[in-house]
Amino acid sequence: MTDTAIPVTTRKDWTSDQEVRWCPGCGDYSILAAVQLLMPDLGIRREDTVFVSGIGCAARFPYYMNTYGMHTIHGRAPAIATGLALARPDLHVFVVSGDGDALSIGGNHLIHALRRNVNITILLFNNQIYGLTKGQYSPTSEVGKVTKSTPFGSLDTPFNPVSVAIGAEATFVARTHDMDRRHMMEVIQRAFEHRGASLVEIYQNCNVFNDGAFETITAKVNRDDMLIPLRHAEPIRFGADGGKGVVIDSQRGAHIVDVADVGEAALLVHDETRDDPSVAFMLSRLARGPQEPTPIGVFRDVVRPDYGEGVSSQIAAAQAERGPGELAALLRSGATWDVN
Amino acid sequence: MTDTTHRARAPEIVDRVIIRFAGDSGDGMQLTGDRFTTTSALYGNDLATLPDFPAEIRAPAGTLAGVSAFQVHISDHDITTPGDAPNVLVAMNPAALRSQIGRVAPGATIILNADAFDERHLTKAGYAADPRHDGSLDAYTLYEVPMTSLTKGAVTPLGIKPRDAERSKNFFALGLISWMYTRPVEPTLEWIARRFVAKPDVAEANTAAFKAGHAFGETAELFDHPYEIQPAVLPAGTYTNINGNTALAWGLVAASQLSKMPLFLGSYPITPASDILHELSKHKNFGVRTLQAEDEIAGIGAAVGAAYGGHLGVTTTSGPGMALKAETMGLVVNLELPLLVIDIQRGGPSTGLPTKTEQADLLMAYYGRHGEAPLPIVAPKSPSHCFEVAIEAARIALEYRTPVVVLSDGYLANGTEPWKLPDVDALPDLTVTFATEANHVGDDGEPVFWPYVRDPETLARSWALPGTPGLMHRIGGLEKEEGSGNVSYDPANHELMVRLRADKVAGIADSIPDVEVTGDVEDAELLVLGWGSTWGAIDGAMSRAREAGHRIAHAHLVHLNPFPRNLGDVLRRYPRVLVPEMNLGQLSRLVRAEYLVDARSVSKVRGLPFTAAELEQAIVDQLKDQA
Repeated sequence: MTDTAIPVTTRKDWTSDQEVRWCPGCGDYSILAAVQLLMPDLGIRREDTVFVSGIGCAARFPYYMNTYGMHTIHGRAPAIATGLALARPDLHVFVVSGDGDALSIGGNHLIHALRRNVNITILLFNNQIYGLTKGQYSPTSEVGKVTKSTPFGSLDTPFNPVSVAIGAEATFVARTHDMDRRHMMEVIQRAFEHRGASLVEIYQNCNVFNDGAFETITAKVNRDDMLIPLRHAEPIRFGADGGKGVVIDSQRGAHIVDVADVGEAALLVHDETRDDPSVAFMLSRLARGPQEPTPIGVFRDVVRPDYGEGVSSQIAAAQAERGPGELAALLRSGATWDVN
Repeated sequence: MTDTTHRARAPEIVDRVIIRFAGDSGDGMQLTGDRFTTTSALYGNDLATLPDFPAEIRAPAGTLAGVSAFQVHISDHDITTPGDAPNVLVAMNPAALRSQIGRVAPGATIILNADAFDERHLTKAGYAADPRHDGSLDAYTLYEVPMTSLTKGAVTPLGIKPRDAERSKNFFALGLISWMYTRPVEPTLEWIARRFVAKPDVAEANTAAFKAGHAFGETAELFDHPYEIQPAVLPAGTYTNINGNTALAWGLVAASQLSKMPLFLGSYPITPASDILHELSKHKNFGVRTLQAEDEIAGIGAAVGAAYGGHLGVTTTSGPGMALKAETMGLVVNLELPLLVIDIQRGGPSTGLPTKTEQADLLMAYYGRHGEAPLPIVAPKSPSHCFEVAIEAARIALEYRTPVVVLSDGYLANGTEPWKLPDVDALPDLTVTFATEANHVGDDGEPVFWPYVRDPETLARSWALPGTPGLMHRIGGLEKEEGSGNVSYDPANHELMVRLRADKVAGIADSIPDVEVTGDVEDAELLVLGWGSTWGAIDGAMSRAREAGHRIAHAHLVHLNPFPRNLGDVLRRYPRVLVPEMNLGQLSRLVRAEYLVDARSVSKVRGLPFTAAELEQAIVDQLKDQA
């Protein structure tokens, strides 16, 4: 079976027969389309692919993919995916989550899946709101957000998902947004190809409860000035004519400059593979929220042993050393005596 | 004088003895008890043990809170409990004496470490006066042995610092008791050499202390003569001494082999369940994967993920952890996937008594989830029985595609007994048949796989593993349409599914044996109905009550949900039903509701198992009450 060539597929082959039930105009549609369009390019079989989700609007995603899938309970998808990935290293395991699912109720599982470097691809749809429960503020909502549960404005400092992931020892961290299909496909493909845990934050518009949350940076007319594309081994610059750039100095850390003021040679050259996460972290702090120029693309892509490979190799080593286990011998492994 | 020193002090034969070792948590009493037990097992005695230790790793030395005890019952005949009142108490300090003396029957032997009975230790233990001299121990045979100084005397010549030398005093005590009960010394000496191979000076010190203790018994004029307990007559076979957690771990390994599914344990450390994680993590050559998860929920979550992938998924925990796993257990009821949830019960609620035993999670296992979420429950009755029950739980889970709860407890987990090793070739085959092809024709006439097409007999759903070509499907926690497994909010479908899940679990009764009745099966005046670890104490109590002329029967449930088919008939067959439990009457409530019988509860919630004497009394009282 594995000897045969991977069949050529199209988006249709990866699309299930289930009717998609997100609100009309939801950003989730464009993410679904990007993923379904990407799958035929990944060189994998549908039956070897599993989408695991928790609870929330994003968590309905697996129903729409013609793969194996499990829609589980709130926040727990990274834990469940961890068990599946460890048990079945032959599978390609995706986790689809939202900001509430991944960073609130499931925050613990997310950070531990990342630090263990389990071989899973996590797509975190961040719309900065609770949609399925009809509009409460989320752990990524901006301070002062007025919602049904915070009529006087929220008091909570939000999480920056990219900063959280880098702080949690993630080996692959990226950001993209639902208005740019090509960028989404590029970044998600990179995340898929990464060995170990990868996290992609996807800015996603909830047009019902938080419409336009990312418009300042993702609207076509604003993108050039407000999105900072990160490209490995290239100086970080943006703006219509590339007139803005990012530098690091010892006093102010990473900050935005006019290239004309500092000269091109002074710009920070992006290095995804830098083992020390502090520069990637600084980049994740460039924007305090999606109203300021915001880096998108791959922040960090470093090599660290994949947890599942470690688990499998310990088993292989034990079997090589002791041979496959024999039950009768196990039962006699303590002190025994015979009664005649 | 020469007469006495050379007098052949022949051992006196006794049929059984209960010895309790007690000292500070740091004194090594569990190790001492464990070594004495192993030697006795190898010698051929029947035995049962009860480790009894505090939750604190090292409470302040010399205090009552820090006392750690180990009770062992050895005999030349078949026994089922660690014994009621000890015949011998070894107390390493005043706190050990004060905390344990209430358990010791008058006339028993007390061996004290005399060196520890100084003013400081006496005060710490809360003694106003030295109990050795105030008459309070007059009812006992008291031996005062300066164990600390004798140990130092034996060990310091080896060049070991006095402070380190003192640590070997538990081996001195072990040597002394080994002489008193005529235990062979070789197994202990060999064990010391093996265990401390990396620390030769510790091995040497412990060996010297052990030998000194043994020699002290032999040469000191203190003891009149040693005792001997002959090997018990047990069925022929190969035996090992085993505790419940090890037996459970081995049962899980066995179930994995029998089902040809790799074992996956997702677990979070919790007393008294952690030893199962420790044990299974050693057996990677059996293909066992263990994940020490970030929390209890992740432990079961990872096990669910592995089960979905075709592994034998297991999570192990105690009561607080099972409470956290409740939502995931409900998910698995809905997913209809096999999963084992193993709860080593301890005293609750909340943190409760982490190292003490209780049986108060039965109703949580039954009802502790939202919605109608029935699942099967099984419970082992003795330490070695945990092996068999682990396999039975796996059988039910795999055959019926359901989570199964195993209710063990702290007493079974740590208590030991000799176990006649089973013939591994006679263990049941647990092979699962996975779906490999479509099982339905879609509206478009094309073959399709429906994950909720059921086996008409068992109601188990079709199970296709990821990786199977053409059978891609999605499952989840939302209510599913029967057959297709698609999300469905249809009212009639929901009722159908709720009833199907309940019927599936109820139908498991077709695959389990009738509950067996022992004792006066035909004409008992009273039936004792038990479950779990109370089996040994009930069995002992019934024997005594029958010897006293009462007609008693005993039925013991291994399957708690569903109940065996004949349980109602059994309960109605006897005029009185008594249900001893280490809770406030959970099984008795269930059987009263289910069968409308006047089952009377006997409760004990002291963190300790019932003694046979307590249950014998309860039986006698019950007969009197209703006479």
